[in-house]
Amino acid sequence: MGAQRGEPGRSMQSDASALHLILTGDPALFAIVRLSLFVSLSAVTAAALIGVPFGAMIALTPFRGREVAIVLLNAMMGLPPVVVGLAVYLLLSRSGPLGALGLLFTPPAMIIAQTILVTPIIAALTRQTIEDLWAEYSDELTAMNVGGLDRVATLIWDGRFSLVVALLAGFGRAAAEVGAIIIVGGNIDGFTRTMTTAIALETSKGDLSLAIGLGIVLIAIVIAVNALAWVARRAGEKIAG
Amino acid sequence: MFIRVLLFLAALTASFAPRADAQEKSIVVASTTSTEDSGLFGYLLPIFKQEMGIDVKVVAQGTGQALDTARRGDADVVFVHARSAEEKFLSEGYGVKRYPVMYNDFVLIGPRDDPAGVAGKDILTALQTIKAAHAPFISRGDRSGTNIAELKLWQEAGIDIAGGGPWYKEIGQGMGAALNTASALNAYVLSDRGTWLAFKNRGDLAILIEGDKRLFNQYGVMLVSPAKHPSVKAALGQRFIDWLISPDGQNAIAGYRINGQQLFYPDADDPNA
Amino acid sequence: MTSDLPIRLQAVSVHSGGVTILDRVTLEIDAGAPTVLIGPNGSGKTSLLRAAMGLLSPNEGCITWGGAGSVPPIRRALVFQRPTMLRRSVAGNLSYALRIARVPQRARRIKELLQMVGLAAFAKRPARRLSGGEQQRLALARALARDPDVLFLDEPTTSLDPASTQAIEEIIRGIARCGIKVVMSTHDLGEAQRIAGEIILLHRGRVIERAPAEAFLHSPKTPEARAFLARELLV
Repeated sequence: MGAQRGEPGRSMQSDASALHLILTGDPALFAIVRLSLFVSLSAVTAAALIGVPFGAMIALTPFRGREVAIVLLNAMMGLPPVVVGLAVYLLLSRSGPLGALGLLFTPPAMIIAQTILVTPIIAALTRQTIEDLWAEYSDELTAMNVGGLDRVATLIWDGRFSLVVALLAGFGRAAAEVGAIIIVGGNIDGFTRTMTTAIALETSKGDLSLAIGLGIVLIAIVIAVNALAWVARRAGEKIAG
Repeated sequence: MFIRVLLFLAALTASFAPRADAQEKSIVVASTTSTEDSGLFGYLLPIFKQEMGIDVKVVAQGTGQALDTARRGDADVVFVHARSAEEKFLSEGYGVKRYPVMYNDFVLIGPRDDPAGVAGKDILTALQTIKAAHAPFISRGDRSGTNIAELKLWQEAGIDIAGGGPWYKEIGQGMGAALNTASALNAYVLSDRGTWLAFKNRGDLAILIEGDKRLFNQYGVMLVSPAKHPSVKAALGQRFIDWLISPDGQNAIAGYRINGQQLFYPDADDPNA
Repeated sequence: MTSDLPIRLQAVSVHSGGVTILDRVTLEIDAGAPTVLIGPNGSGKTSLLRAAMGLLSPNEGCITWGGAGSVPPIRRALVFQRPTMLRRSVAGNLSYALRIARVPQRARRIKELLQMVGLAAFAKRPARRLSGGEQQRLALARALARDPDVLFLDEPTTSLDPASTQAIEEIIRGIARCGIKVVMSTHDLGEAQRIAGEIILLHRGRVIERAPAEAFLHSPKTPEARAFLARELLV
């Protein structure tokens, strides 16, 4: 049984278990894992570049409607992925405003959708972290005449452990997500198929054991990323204190 | 310090970037879940790539959704199996020309012990029997080719299924999901043979009715009109279509087997298809 | 180079939540021997220090530093009663303070400062893991890193054990000998006696008496001062 295997990069062997695919180094499986990591890590990086400064700014700048902004920001952590996927799809469709970019059904479209989902998480958690730290540090930093950008940089650095957890939360959300990327990516074999979309596909094909196997691989990868972050923190503590 | 962390993160991310293959020669084909789930594309496309050097990116949705994707200009070629919907697409000016490619058939799937007693009947009588018995029946309800065919059969059987009833369950999802649900609920479901043969979670289900000529399922392929959407890769798309209806393509389609059984029957030269 | 001294408070009043914390305080702080603020709890010692540091804006009156109003706190430093350690090592905290104050040759200066406050052995330890007394010493070193003209200290030894108290007082005397103006508050008369050049008694936000240490302690002029020395002025 099993369709004839095409060139590397095409469909995984359909009746092999996930373990078998790992052990034989199935190139399709590794391509899928690689794409998943690329999309999710890119999204987290972009979301951090936007979300950390934004969250810090909201934490430290008094402005009218700040409380409302915080409530909205927290609420956006729960943006439904399918809705974001649909919105991005309509934006990037050839018939949509950004159609000329030709991004629909490509990995960049998936990164865009996931960045939208992850940024509120990172921004909201950053805001809370920086606000708590500022409550603690404001006297000292004001007495030391630390202002403006220096102040933000200091709070971000001293809050680094909490911020890393915020990034990991964002990564977890991105890696687990399927609703948005399946709409904007199209789950194209060998091109926009990730771990989660592959699991969705194998489930709908009735190959539940392969789907579960892939699910375990995905969880293992997320655990590995978290473990790496922990190791990096330990190393950092040893060096800097 | 912060900069160093960001650079590391960026480098890590970039290391996972997919190779920038020559994405120049590629087309997007909007097709159905039945062609994807049956494994036909997994078999066919590498052959095409080898012969013509063009990457075919298949976005597998239901027929209705695939045609809508093409209407928006997000696909270059559309490859589905609902003639009436395809003709409508053409009449709206979104397609250039419809080419018949292949056919397969639908089968009625149900619990092995057949509580409604449909085995041996023709499909229309079987549907009437299912309705009379209020036996649980799963419908895709997603404007797919299979769904359109199913609704047409209810209509031919003289049944107004719109009212439905709790026994008739529309799940709004693809063939695989419908089979999963039928397996879990021990219900009846109309499926294309290809997806059924490739399906692994059968539970107690089996084929109860097949071969009825009303269960014949024709596939057609169309190039999305560059007049409506100038971004369509017309030349490359047409090459894919030409290959599908060429002897090479037709032989390739006939050569796809599951368990030694042929799934799709090429009929590009059939004037009635 | 302009100095922040003398610091002049003119009819400074601070109100908060309906309570008058500082009541028309007129005061001049000049270079010289340490000035020690004493008074019962709630008398306004902390607020006076914060105002003189520039952290507390008066509701009435004005404050000038070296003749200029609103001078940023570059040449003055304040050690809080409960200082906050940055989440870095001991050396990291000092390095930070030095960088902010734009002091060159940080590595050498860190060593000197740690030596001065007796924390040289703890350079790499996370600052938050120090004991109360050690953190107070680090806060002192951090304040000195700014090379201030004036050093404010808010009850630096209140929550410390006798050994740490002695160590801190020793360091403060050393700082004063270096020519830095020390302005500190305490509720320990003995400490006032040990450190002060002059003593200022505060009560309910007002300056009651101000005199050289010996004069104040042995021949106080006001009834409040006499009551305070007799430990009968509580609030």
